[in-house]
Amino acid sequence: MKRIAVPLLTLFIGLCTWSGEASAFCGFYVGKADTKLFNKASEVAIARHDNKTVITMANDFKGDVKEFAMVVPVPTVLEKEQIHVGDPAVLKHLADYSAPRLVEYFDENPCRRYDMMQDRMGAMKSIAPAAAEAKRERDQVLGVTVEAQYLVGEYDILILSAKESAGLETWLTGNGYKIPSGASAVLHSYLKQNLKFFVAKVNLGEQTKLGLTHLRPLQIAFESPKFMLPIRLGTVNADGAQELFIYFLTKQGRVETLNYRTVRLPEAQEIPLYVKDKFGDFYRDLFTQQVKRESERGVFLEYAWDMNWCDPCAANPLSVEELRGLGVFWQDSFGSPQRGRSIPMAQNVFLTRLHVRYDAAHFPEDLMFQETSDRSNFQARYILRHPWTGTDECAAATTYRQQLRERYEKEAQTLATLTGWSIGEIRKQMNIASLPVGDEKKWYQRLWNN
Amino acid sequence: MGLDRLKTQLSALDPRLYQIASLSTLLLYGLIWLHFDISVIQIAVTLGTALLTQYAGTRFYNNLPAFDPKSPLISALSLCLLLRTDHLEVAALAAVVAIGSKFVIRWKDKHVFNPTNLALVVMIGSGLGWISPGQWGQVAWFGFLIACLGSLVVTRAARADVTLAFLSFYVGLLIARALWLGDPLTIPLHQIESGALLIFAFFMISDPKTTPDSRTGRIIYALFVTLAAIYVQFGLFRPNGPLWGLIACAPFVPLIDRLLPAVRYDWSRPTTGQPSAPVPLILSLHPQRRFS
Repeated sequence: MKRIAVPLLTLFIGLCTWSGEASAFCGFYVGKADTKLFNKASEVAIARHDNKTVITMANDFKGDVKEFAMVVPVPTVLEKEQIHVGDPAVLKHLADYSAPRLVEYFDENPCRRYDMMQDRMGAMKSIAPAAAEAKRERDQVLGVTVEAQYLVGEYDILILSAKESAGLETWLTGNGYKIPSGASAVLHSYLKQNLKFFVAKVNLGEQTKLGLTHLRPLQIAFESPKFMLPIRLGTVNADGAQELFIYFLTKQGRVETLNYRTVRLPEAQEIPLYVKDKFGDFYRDLFTQQVKRESERGVFLEYAWDMNWCDPCAANPLSVEELRGLGVFWQDSFGSPQRGRSIPMAQNVFLTRLHVRYDAAHFPEDLMFQETSDRSNFQARYILRHPWTGTDECAAATTYRQQLRERYEKEAQTLATLTGWSIGEIRKQMNIASLPVGDEKKWYQRLWNN
Repeated sequence: MGLDRLKTQLSALDPRLYQIASLSTLLLYGLIWLHFDISVIQIAVTLGTALLTQYAGTRFYNNLPAFDPKSPLISALSLCLLLRTDHLEVAALAAVVAIGSKFVIRWKDKHVFNPTNLALVVMIGSGLGWISPGQWGQVAWFGFLIACLGSLVVTRAARADVTLAFLSFYVGLLIARALWLGDPLTIPLHQIESGALLIFAFFMISDPKTTPDSRTGRIIYALFVTLAAIYVQFGLFRPNGPLWGLIACAPFVPLIDRLLPAVRYDWSRPTTGQPSAPVPLILSLHPQRRFS
């Protein structure tokens, strides 16, 4: 029997069950974007304006493609033209562009004035779909109607509607889908809300013909006043929490969740230099800490920026063509695909990146969104400040050296607060103890200078 | 008993003082703990503009005896808690719309729209601002719920009937929907966990100046507001259903008052609308006599 592996995020992805061997570890390298930091992460890009919505769904399914299937509740019956296979590279570019970043600054010589700055960022996250295969299914049983059946790229797509959830469940089971127990209540609820079901499996023959070794993101375009992501099916049988990254491309401004708290991550904090080599660990632990702080019920804002520019750039802004690929239909396509930072291309596109770790207990309801008129920029940015190490001597240099230790201590405490790491261990790593103490004066000594 | 005496003393105060205290506490908590997306400057601008508008209104429209800062403060605090915007001018405009509407949009010596409700709907409808219904944490919500319920008990909750009727209808319908869908009850419980809903129920729909004068009228009114709110939320799939529901139903208040007349409300002598009924000291939950 085929199992359905549920892509992580399951965003829309509802019905899939997570199969153990399909889970993949994601490593992380600072400055590189081709590995994942979070396990079981799915990514969804949503371009939306005036109820017209294009959703791009990607997951990091790794395993036998035969096992892959994705069941997504959708608001309308989709025509073949409304389904498309996206380019994983574009989604990855979007992920890199909006990734939490590490920035380096170098202190100037306190005796002279010159500055030097260098940015460096660690982009996190990408998608690496795996390969798979699947077979076509026959049609209806038990009141289930196959509304439509398409072959799109390497995917076999079925659009199902059903009178009752028991029939749908039996149909799915009979057709080789392994439905997690507990899913039927959710199916029942979705059916009553008049949702249809979109089922995607990999057509092995087509995949071979296309010469693909990975799963490309699936895209659907539809018109609906519902601005939401059904996540409930994904929580039914998940072992532990799942990660979801949602990128919104909108015309007006930032997107936020209506029924959960949208929280800005702590940003622009100065952290110890040694974090440079473990930015991935740092960010993952910081995120976990924030999740705990919000009692596991928060949705986190990682990036909110006008698509025109970035500062510093973790990757260049997306070109008009790339944005179109992600469903930005309101953008005129004339103008050459420009690349490069700081090109003012008046793109009427605002990007919001949300990151949520969810499970059934803390996220009982599907995610509902609204677009706000907020166009203020936000980025999860962390700062490394390199000390000046010159040997010049002057009064300012002496003061500077004396303050360094205090600054390091502050950085250590920031790091401990952000990540929950042991302060003792941090101090050890930073080697604070070995630093010259300087003749630290008490405040009253400084006051009267005695 | 000391407690009784305290209760009597508290009851002698204007109920709006409790409202100002609980809204201020909530705003402070939201600002410090929940990092509400609002700056101190925006709060100052909203409060200042609201008070100025009220002052100007009492000067130019001679239908109020004297300047009283309590009502505009409640409206302004509610705006600070709910309205989000990037621009100070929008915050100021919202305060002007809210307070100004009390003087301008009137019917038979009663203002038609709840000031905060109208300002919010104008601002979100025009896209100038937005409301973040998800900004409340559970702690803030429970704390605020208790504060709201407590103030009903302690103060002269002469018009609590409309609040309780609305909450019963609204929560009842959410639960009924969940049962019909076969959803777990955690979903409706999650849906009501919004500070905005509490502000709506305890500070907007309950506004004695913009609700029908008779108790029967108020309960019918609460039912209509609830139905409209549910329709906006689950029929149109738009957020802030109660706000739109209230604004849609407010123009019908004069009609309800005509069909079910009763005594006009006065802040200094809170009444249920029943001609000679004594002011209930604490919220009375037994059925009231109907009148017409």
